[in-house]
Amino acid sequence: MSTDSSSLSRDDVAHLAQLSRLAVTDEELDLFADQLGVVLGAVARVQDAPTADVAPTTHAVPLTNVYRPDVVAPSLSRDQALSGAPAAEDDRFRVPRILQEEA
Amino acid sequence: MSTDLTRLDVTALRAALADGSASAVEITQAHLDAIAATDGTLNSYLHVDGETALATAGEVDRRRAAGDELGPLAGIPVALKDVVVTEGVPTTSGSKILEGWTPPYDATVAARLKAAGTVLLGKTNMDEFAMGSSTENSAYGPTRNPWDHDRIPGGSSGGSSAAVAGHLAPWAIGTDTGGSIRQPAAVTGLVGHKPTYGSVSRYGLIAFSSSLDQAGPMARTVADAALMHEVIGGHDPRDSTSIDAPAAPFVEAARQGATGDLSGVTVGVVRELGGEGHTDGYEAGVLAAFQAGVDQLRALGAEVREISCPSFDLALAAYYLIAPSEASSNLSRFDGVRYGLRVGDDGSRDLDEVMALTRAKGFGPEVKRRIILGTYALSSGYYEAYYGQAQKVRTLIGRDFVSAFAADGGAVDVLVSPTSPIVAFPIGQRVDDPLSMYAADLCTLPASLAGTPAISVPCGLSEGLPVGLQVMAPALADDRCYRVAAALEAAQDAARGGTFLSQLGASA
Repeated sequence: MSTDSSSLSRDDVAHLAQLSRLAVTDEELDLFADQLGVVLGAVARVQDAPTADVAPTTHAVPLTNVYRPDVVAPSLSRDQALSGAPAAEDDRFRVPRILQEEA
Repeated sequence: MSTDLTRLDVTALRAALADGSASAVEITQAHLDAIAATDGTLNSYLHVDGETALATAGEVDRRRAAGDELGPLAGIPVALKDVVVTEGVPTTSGSKILEGWTPPYDATVAARLKAAGTVLLGKTNMDEFAMGSSTENSAYGPTRNPWDHDRIPGGSSGGSSAAVAGHLAPWAIGTDTGGSIRQPAAVTGLVGHKPTYGSVSRYGLIAFSSSLDQAGPMARTVADAALMHEVIGGHDPRDSTSIDAPAAPFVEAARQGATGDLSGVTVGVVRELGGEGHTDGYEAGVLAAFQAGVDQLRALGAEVREISCPSFDLALAAYYLIAPSEASSNLSRFDGVRYGLRVGDDGSRDLDEVMALTRAKGFGPEVKRRIILGTYALSSGYYEAYYGQAQKVRTLIGRDFVSAFAADGGAVDVLVSPTSPIVAFPIGQRVDDPLSMYAADLCTLPASLAGTPAISVPCGLSEGLPVGLQVMAPALADDRCYRVAAALEAAQDAARGGTFLSQLGASA
């Protein structure tokens, strides 16, 4: 990726879109590279903050290890879970092929 | 009947139901008629099911006639932002990728409102996946502001704000990640409260940024907002970030505030949010209305002093790294397998290709931008400089709040600022300039990042458009927001001789 910390090239955007499983058009690549460059320039200000010895905050509520009793509780039925799927077969989600060779 | 039931707030509707001067069916029908008459213009609802709403209302009336025990909100209509999943009711989160999806379960906020006896009018429009400040990022067309149909109703809960301000629902649920309850409330003249993070369940909210998302009330009065908050709030074992602690009573706090006595309350005006040296991007009319609101708080007995929160200046930068990062992860669930759209599955393409085509077709430009930005901020080699650094800034912002409220610090009870630096802007003005859109959230972001509660209450008009005043309190002290907001509301209503929305005119 480009080394200038506050700009994104067209190739950068194409690579990030691929990582994000987003098919993008040539027009989108141009547009997003411009727009995200501006945004990145603004958000890069976090690098100026005096953060030596400052711990990161991942979450506003400091909770750890939230447990519940290990008992069976009602949940969605199989039919309910499959009800929104674009394709289901034999009581399972049907997915496009995941291997390159012919099935 | 001579009273227009859509003009009554929830407190008045409950009284009408209790004394028999209106039935639940009449109240529901009045709102459905109003929706039919004006929502073609406002576009505040994405889904309305009048038949089911009338059946629910009819059941409430029958049970009331039979003397059955009813929920505390029996027969009161409500609208839900379309990010809230509802069993058997289509839910899209403003996105084409979920068009036609019908959830198999209810979000906790939806279930609690249902259990209280409310009548669901419909699901409201929103920026796609709650990403935006104008509702222009909805895949289903923009919503219009009832105060001026050529202007935005705020966002992302702009369908909820327009519906409540336009008298198409007495109140509504919104969600707030960076200001998405407070800013739309401010620009439409409503009360909107973002609860303490963790105090209202996130179970069943379609996740945008999990460490920031909170659901909360949008209403025409502080008392109504407090009432809704009491119904939806409280611990939920289905949300692992839910706080298991009792909350102070909000309705009582609003009642106390409405007496108009703020003596003993110390109010801090945040310098970095529109104060001296920090007015860039703030409209003069907004600052004037805000100042008038602060003067009123002082007249009600509050002690007012200026407080500096230096790290608030960095809130926008930190937020627009943290939220897109979490979004890029959360939105990976839209993979064309378990729900929603699937594109290009013709037998020749593999899973990755189908996923990329599905997401390209199903997501709008702002969602794509944020996924790409978030993916960048989380990628190896950039993580520390962007995401890691933003999390440290988040710590600094939290410290500014703690210091302002601490007895040996600023020693204030609440902090105040304008809710939005600008009034509702014209539709189309900022949609191609993401950074200028983000600036609408300037004042609401600090409380989002700190997880602290904040309310927006109307404080005046600028160029004939509503201006909101934001009241921020320490975590779990939401009652302070309600008290101070109710005091300001009561003082303004008394001076005006009517509610804030009475200025909107009967024709709207």
